[in-house]
Amino acid sequence: MGTFIQQMFNGLTVGGIYALIALGYTMVYGVMRLINFAHGDLCILGAFVGLTFITSFGGGGHLGAAMVIFAFVAAVLVVAAAGVLLELAAYRPLRKADRLAAVVSALGASMLIENGIMLVWSPQVSVFPSGLLPTTTYHIAGASISFVQVMIIAVSFVLMAALYLFVNHTRFGTAIRAAAIDQDAARLMGINVNRVIASVFVIGPALGAVGGLFVGIYYREVYFTMGWTYGLYAFIAAILGGIGNIPGAMIGGILLGLFNAFAAGYLSSSWQDAITFALLIGILLVRPTGILGERVAEKV
Amino acid sequence: MSLLQVTDLRVNYGQIEALKGVSLHVKIGEIVAILGANGAGKTTLMRTLSGLLTPRSGTIMFEGTDITRLGADKIVRHGIAQSPEGRRVFGTLTVMENLRLGAFTRPANEIQESLDFVLDMFPRLRDRRSQLAGTMSGGEQQMLAIGRALMAKPRLLLLDEPSLGLAPIIFQGIFRTLREIADSGVTILIVEQNARSVLKLADRGYVLEVGRFVLEDTAKALLTSPEVQAAYLGGAEKKPH
Ligand SMILES: Nc1ncnc2c1ncn2[C@@H]1O[C@H](COP(=O)(O)OP(=O)(O)OP(=O)(O)O)[C@@H](O)[C@H]1O
Ligand SMILES: [Mg+2]
Repeated sequence: MGTFIQQMFNGLTVGGIYALIALGYTMVYGVMRLINFAHGDLCILGAFVGLTFITSFGGGGHLGAAMVIFAFVAAVLVVAAAGVLLELAAYRPLRKADRLAAVVSALGASMLIENGIMLVWSPQVSVFPSGLLPTTTYHIAGASISFVQVMIIAVSFVLMAALYLFVNHTRFGTAIRAAAIDQDAARLMGINVNRVIASVFVIGPALGAVGGLFVGIYYREVYFTMGWTYGLYAFIAAILGGIGNIPGAMIGGILLGLFNAFAAGYLSSSWQDAITFALLIGILLVRPTGILGERVAEKV
Repeated sequence: MSLLQVTDLRVNYGQIEALKGVSLHVKIGEIVAILGANGAGKTTLMRTLSGLLTPRSGTIMFEGTDITRLGADKIVRHGIAQSPEGRRVFGTLTVMENLRLGAFTRPANEIQESLDFVLDMFPRLRDRRSQLAGTMSGGEQQMLAIGRALMAKPRLLLLDEPSLGLAPIIFQGIFRTLREIADSGVTILIVEQNARSVLKLADRGYVLEVGRFVLEDTAKALLTSPEVQAAYLGGAEKKPH
């Protein structure tokens, strides 16, 4: 029982992070049919920006919590701006070009950001200072759950709920869904599709920056290639849920986190990835379009 | 007064010239039909009028304003809406969401009035408000596509082959509704291959052949013109010997 609860919380924590990052892949894919390979790097950029903010403005003790909130704001703003810039520089000029050109551009952008982080920050592991947040641990039926875990789970679920409401129940959110289905038809409605595309390059990276900074705070360290690792996991989560589908990315992220945690807890932590991917392949064999992918024909 | 005035419009797809100098006008309150065989350039013309394609040369004046090079989203705001070829409804969205998207450019407090208008025109849509558009029949989707365009409260409604793939009984009904829409004060420019039905509905018509207008006349005259009879009415009104 203790192990189960422990692994469930571990899984929800990591799953929440995967989901936040996966949303950026899925939203961009939904509107542009493009995998933004630089997305994972943008998210980890968020962790570095947050870390810099925390270390340069100092503040252990009482100031810690406030500092962390400001660090999140800074990370979100910088990464959202980088997302808009990325779209303008790397993708917009290739809108009408061959798909392959956009993929190459995406990979190039990924390398650029990754190496940029290495040059600006460090080729070594950067460590997050301790004592920023309460170190309270909650004991539930033999499991120990940290304050940071509760925070990550709560914030990621609130952000996901907010995004869900925005996309499904506002005028601009509906416009995003319309542009994802048929850009020309969306234009005929008077929707400015360029603005929709810019908006997904704000929202996706903004959520991703929160996810990236959570990675740093949870593991207390970041490394410039982590964008690739976490990006890959989140990308797989998006595929698992059905790429292009927003609730799908949320479910895919959470499930992947849970798979990971239960595989590590009950089977073997060294086989954790192998087991996770075996399960993933199993699901995709049964549902090739992912859990929520393409339920209804979009065009008739 | 001309609501729409198109002068010497030329549109290319790369090296291929799809419209080779097309001029037309539509007066307020008219229903104007465009006939033409497959590949004549009818859809190209409609897409250019809506701003989805940019012409190489020529001008499009709407209510005295030059809209030739405006983007599609701006043109809707000027008062031109389109029900495109193949309907293009948002299949995974509900009927209601589709209709509300049609009113994307309108202030929130005017949407209900347009919604009532559209649902009165197409009562069938009223019962299917929360159905996903992609699961409706072809005829219902066509009603939705037209209704969605009307939600923009356009002064000019562009219709690209509304009868495409529909059984005669269904599109006869839709054509009757188009008459009502026109009577409510919306000017209509309609592309159709179903020449007989559309010429009975329209005031005037143009015949497009490989990127050029070859005929322009009142709908009545076109109905009885030998060229139109031979090419578009299948000579079906020939008298038996
Ligand atoms: N995207 C495109 N790229 C290249 N050529 C195109 C494109 N779209 C249309 N064309 C060509 O332009 C010409 C006019 O096409 P258009 O679709 O306007 O014809 P249409 O009159 O609407 O035909 P239909 O009755 O079949 O709908 C055709 O020769 C067509 O092959
Ligand atoms: Mg056509």
